[in-house]
Amino acid sequence: MSYRIIAKKDLAQGIHLLRVEAPAIASKAQAGQFTMVRGDEKGERIPITIADWDKQEGSITIVFMEVGATTKKLACLNVGDTLLNFVGPLGRPTEIKSFGTVACVAGGFAIATIVPIARAMKQAGNRVISIMGFRTKDLVFWEDRLKEVSDNLIITTDDGSYKRKGLVTEPLEELLEQDTINRVIAIGPTIMMKACSTTTMSFGVKTMVSLNPIMVDGTGMCGSCRVSIGGKTMFACVDGPDFDGHAVDWDLLMNRQRIYLDEERESQRLLEKRLRPEF
Amino acid sequence: MAKINLNRQPMPKQPLESRKNNFDEVALGYTPEQALEEASRCLQCPKPPCVAGCPVGIDIPDFIKALREHDMPEATHILKRKNSLPGICGRVCPQESQCEKSCVLAKKGAPVAIGRLERYVADWERSHPELVRKQGAHIDHHGKKIAIVGSGPAGLSCSAQLAQMGYEVTIFEALHSAGGVLTYGIPSFRLPKDIVQGEIDYVKSLGVEIQLDQVIGKISTVDDILKNGYAAVFLAPGAGAPMFLNIPGENLNGIYSANEFLTRINLMKAYLFPEYDTPIKTGNRVAVIGGGNVAMDAARCAVRLGAEKVYIIYRRSRTEMPARQEERENAEEEGVIFTLLTNPKRFIGDDRGKLTAIELYKMKLGEHDDTGRRRPITIPESEFTIDIDTAIVALGTKPNPLIPSSTTDLDLTRWGSVKTDAATGRTSKDSVWCGGDMATGAATVISAMGAGKIAATSIDSYLKNTG
Repeated sequence: MSYRIIAKKDLAQGIHLLRVEAPAIASKAQAGQFTMVRGDEKGERIPITIADWDKQEGSITIVFMEVGATTKKLACLNVGDTLLNFVGPLGRPTEIKSFGTVACVAGGFAIATIVPIARAMKQAGNRVISIMGFRTKDLVFWEDRLKEVSDNLIITTDDGSYKRKGLVTEPLEELLEQDTINRVIAIGPTIMMKACSTTTMSFGVKTMVSLNPIMVDGTGMCGSCRVSIGGKTMFACVDGPDFDGHAVDWDLLMNRQRIYLDEERESQRLLEKRLRPEF
Repeated sequence: MAKINLNRQPMPKQPLESRKNNFDEVALGYTPEQALEEASRCLQCPKPPCVAGCPVGIDIPDFIKALREHDMPEATHILKRKNSLPGICGRVCPQESQCEKSCVLAKKGAPVAIGRLERYVADWERSHPELVRKQGAHIDHHGKKIAIVGSGPAGLSCSAQLAQMGYEVTIFEALHSAGGVLTYGIPSFRLPKDIVQGEIDYVKSLGVEIQLDQVIGKISTVDDILKNGYAAVFLAPGAGAPMFLNIPGENLNGIYSANEFLTRINLMKAYLFPEYDTPIKTGNRVAVIGGGNVAMDAARCAVRLGAEKVYIIYRRSRTEMPARQEERENAEEEGVIFTLLTNPKRFIGDDRGKLTAIELYKMKLGEHDDTGRRRPITIPESEFTIDIDTAIVALGTKPNPLIPSSTTDLDLTRWGSVKTDAATGRTSKDSVWCGGDMATGAATVISAMGAGKIAATSIDSYLKNTG
């Protein structure tokens, strides 16, 4: 099996797109599912959400942000290179049906995850209102793509350098007050998904979030990705990654995401030394 | 009649002090002299009870006779006729409860060390590839395609058997390396990975194709496979999902399932971090919960990763422990502390969600239960705590739902495993067989291999009868 990279694009500072030859995965992929990626023989297996797929071309598009050594190494790959392992489509697809009006909220590079979900929601007959939030203007990407599949698109930046200043929860709250929202999908950094879930809670609107705990195999075998949902332990890789945001134990998730912070720093330090030996 | 010799040859081992610091194999294998001496003890019974004790029916006296006569190619040939993975079985089979238990000399307390001899022959083969006779030289190919899900012991043995019968066999493996539990589960100090790779290469040499990264139930379903021209499917995906205790604090940082702990080490090589990217945290004080072979493996890995204190927490007594005696001895020699008749009540963490201690109940043994072992009973108000920074839960696994939930017409047991006829391996679904842990719940490598062979025979006769 050869998972050749057929396109690469730098979407924003530190955010990259890879289009990978993987016809079998493409033939089955659905919105909300993910892949496990291993770049090289000594590499980690990491989960990356499917941003798009093309059954005809037989390709899967993934978008990732450079956060540690593994993603930094992936960012060094170019067109013609191959991923050593590419497994998918994993996890349960996002529940798509005609809810009425759906608010799709995405933070940072999770825009890539929400676009196929918003598209599927639109195709299912929903009115789709999307909110995308970024730290700053330079990090904005795929505005046009999300606009295309949304009836209305609201953009925020933390620093006000582009469109509305503030966090995604502010326009979300206004929407919930002024409109009838039947379902919310919130995907992004854990803290942002938690904030969105808190916002929607008092309005009683079901809010699905896509959790991103640490995984090893991604197939339900190890339990590294266990999360607590309504007091019950579940595995994000096979029971999720989508869960009811109002039932998630967010503090537990954030704690578990920090298990290997020291090791991640060590790997990064070594990688930087290797990439730039003069320093 | 030959004189009875009760001097069973001991297995040479890596010295204790060095082995506690490396992942190299502990048991070093017999020297040629030891192997011959041990082989000479075999009584060559005309009706050998040992063969009946072997789940795959190896012609044990015959291979031992060939060894005795210095005909190693013949010894290899006899072994491989019934067992495609002798280097693995010679190392990890529980011979003491199978072939060696049935040996006539077992009554005198010194059964022939059949497993060690099997290993000796398999290792000879690996170092003398030029002298080995080709097993699959006269395969009559008839073009029928069989799909095998999972490349663990059940899948490998079924594949080898079917390939030798002339079928075109494809294995779909979910992980990025073949071997299943042999690769991700059993540590290299007990089963070196080059041995596993060597035996997988042998299965491939019979014409079996292994496709990695294929999670059946996701990338394709069993129904898809059958539509794609495969005449039969053998399901051997392993048991899958790790069990936890369902007690407070179980998701604290520092608590691993044995599957995760061992996968990080064996499959991802986390013990070589940062050369390899996958990290692992083994603190100084480690508690392993469980009394099986997997618990021993996890405990001995923790020793090698530098833990100062490693505890086995087991709720019954030594007599009821399911781990092999050899593994228990190895663990204790390496300093693992057996905390018997104790059962976890809860895990205790600090304000940052990090494990700091485990609270245990003391237990006593009551009446015998369904398993024939004495039931453990909690002693009220007996709680005590042990300070630990890592816990590894080794309580077994339950079936992974990916295949059952994506396959039509597949009947399941109430535990979620696939309903399987033990005599044939057939399931409720047409053209689908199942074996190994997915059919029986967690068991041994050799019983999974036995199930693979049974299914291969049944698949062959079914396909012959249906044309």
